[in-house]
Amino acid sequence: MSGWNSHKGLAVGLPQANIDTDQLIPARFMSVPRAEGYGPYLLHDMRRDAEGRLRAEFALNRHEGASVLVAGRNFGSGSSREAAVYALVDAGICAVIAPSFGDIFASNAVNNGLLPARIDGALQGELATALAEGARDIEIDISARQLRLGTLSGAFELDDSWAKKLINGWDDIDLSLAQGMAIKKFKDLRYQTTPWAWPSGPD
Amino acid sequence: MGAAQTMLDKLWGAHEVLLREDGVSLLWVDRHLVHEGSHHAFAKLKARGLALAEPALTFAVVDHYAPTRGRARRADPQIERMIQTLRSNATAHGVRLYDLDDPLQGIVHVLGPEEGLTLPGLLINCGDSHTSTHGAFGALAFGIGATEVAHVLATQTIWQRKPKAMRITVDGALGPGVSAKDIALGWIARLGTDGAQGHAVEYAGSTVRGLSMEGRMTLCNLSIEGGARFGMVAPDETTFSYLQGRRFAPQGAGWPAACADWTALASDADAHFEREVWLDAGEIAPTVTWGTSPEQALPITAVLPDPADLPPAKAEAAHAAYAYMGLTPGQRLAGTPVDQVFIGSCTNGRIEDLRAAAAVLAGRKAKVPGLISPGSAQVKAQAEREGLDQIFGAAGLEWAAAGCSMCVGMNGDLVGEGKRCASSTNRNFKGRQGRGARTHLMSPAMVAAAAVTGVLSDVRPLLEGRV
Repeated sequence: MSGWNSHKGLAVGLPQANIDTDQLIPARFMSVPRAEGYGPYLLHDMRRDAEGRLRAEFALNRHEGASVLVAGRNFGSGSSREAAVYALVDAGICAVIAPSFGDIFASNAVNNGLLPARIDGALQGELATALAEGARDIEIDISARQLRLGTLSGAFELDDSWAKKLINGWDDIDLSLAQGMAIKKFKDLRYQTTPWAWPSGPD
Repeated sequence: MGAAQTMLDKLWGAHEVLLREDGVSLLWVDRHLVHEGSHHAFAKLKARGLALAEPALTFAVVDHYAPTRGRARRADPQIERMIQTLRSNATAHGVRLYDLDDPLQGIVHVLGPEEGLTLPGLLINCGDSHTSTHGAFGALAFGIGATEVAHVLATQTIWQRKPKAMRITVDGALGPGVSAKDIALGWIARLGTDGAQGHAVEYAGSTVRGLSMEGRMTLCNLSIEGGARFGMVAPDETTFSYLQGRRFAPQGAGWPAACADWTALASDADAHFEREVWLDAGEIAPTVTWGTSPEQALPITAVLPDPADLPPAKAEAAHAAYAYMGLTPGQRLAGTPVDQVFIGSCTNGRIEDLRAAAAVLAGRKAKVPGLISPGSAQVKAQAEREGLDQIFGAAGLEWAAAGCSMCVGMNGDLVGEGKRCASSTNRNFKGRQGRGARTHLMSPAMVAAAAVTGVLSDVRPLLEGRV
């Protein structure tokens, strides 16, 4: 995965609170292999009518090239399904800006290069107002933790370790395999001191 | 002696392989539970040519896609492919699989404790947000995404920043017909679905001590609906007597030694919690959700709120919820007609849940159709030994096999568009149980009450003379 630090793109407002992972991608689409792409399923039941046609009035449908979502509080709450992040990423979204995120969603996001930028409620209100009429250009700088939309600018919060990961495009498995000796040592000690932590019984 | 420690501190310390400069820990994983949805992670492992680090600590379960009404029935070929993929991954990596026809099969969060795979003091991961369930035993248990599942498969460790410690203390006696589900919906309604984000919740107090393991599991299970990735209860005699003799629990001389270690996990008396919440059990009534978020919950005796009386952010959500749910402000929750009922899931699909529903249903007929899917094949067998299936059948409800079933609507068990379902599950999200489905979350006894009356109902009068 390649890292990124700054982004210029089109932001769309999706100001509802509690857009959960079941809305981001309904479970019935999760048996699709990733290689087929999850973009078409993003917010499927909000974006599409019962026949699967895109609803013209839905903000995301009016702005094809959008790459940033400005959302309400508690975005991505609910299930641990990483498919919710795949749907966003495969639809070309690289950042979601919201007052709060589901904990599991946020770590899944960072693991896929998607920025979960936390902003305060006041800035969220201003951004939502600015986007009420339609999509606007936005600039995001991860290392400075700054965003700018027209004359509006402000700071966002992001865990330092997540910023480093997003910027460098790091993969945790590589980092951890390098710790093989430490892990082995820990396991051996735990096996000696805490034998009950290994499953006993028939198998 | 060091500073006083919370149970979280003790569990964290016992699993920390290393602490990085930026404050993120690498933690050892004692048990990794995988299911059909873990296919993305196995694919990542394969793409990188990596082996499974600890097959003996990894256990696979068919649950999310398990057909519950006839094991051979498949709503679509994708479901068959998901189950087959898990089978081939389990075989390829030498992982114990609990397959559809296994008499021990069940929902991963029901099966783990039943098998004694879940124990106090363990770190348990699963690619499912309701992994917090296992914290009921005093384990550090949390749900992870597919990239993290792949990481655990490859290294048997996980990177994690330590959450803040939060304690919810519940004291007093629960009224008749009031259960762990009502405690959970009650605190989530009060604090919000993001109320405990970034925290690990320890449940304490006399009410929690008095709960069975089933009740504690329901409570910890729903932690994630309040935003907490972790829920936990200190292990005690209730925990030990549930676990003793379970298939994978310590045996012989190992048992008392383990119990001694587990007893020491409890938070020290003067341990500091970043956040404390107190609840009075006597004030908790049977609770029902009315909207599309678990925080939109009220006692069954309540009237639906006027959005004008709510803070602006909540008012907007309430308007949208009313539109989706087909309800109006000022309406009484009790008396709202339902189209169908569902009892099951990792939240409320255990034997105690089925007994609570049967206590209401015995000798009565359901006015609406409904499905009961036990949490595991073992729960199913136990219920049948007790004759509960006969009670459900006589009431006119369908008795099915174990799986995630109608909670998640991904295996053919769906609520129809616009249909209203009284459900013992965990999420009333839009479309969760099927496109356009209207879900009301409540305890199994309350679902049974809705079944026999055909409307959302207070279970308490129906229990008079019965419990």
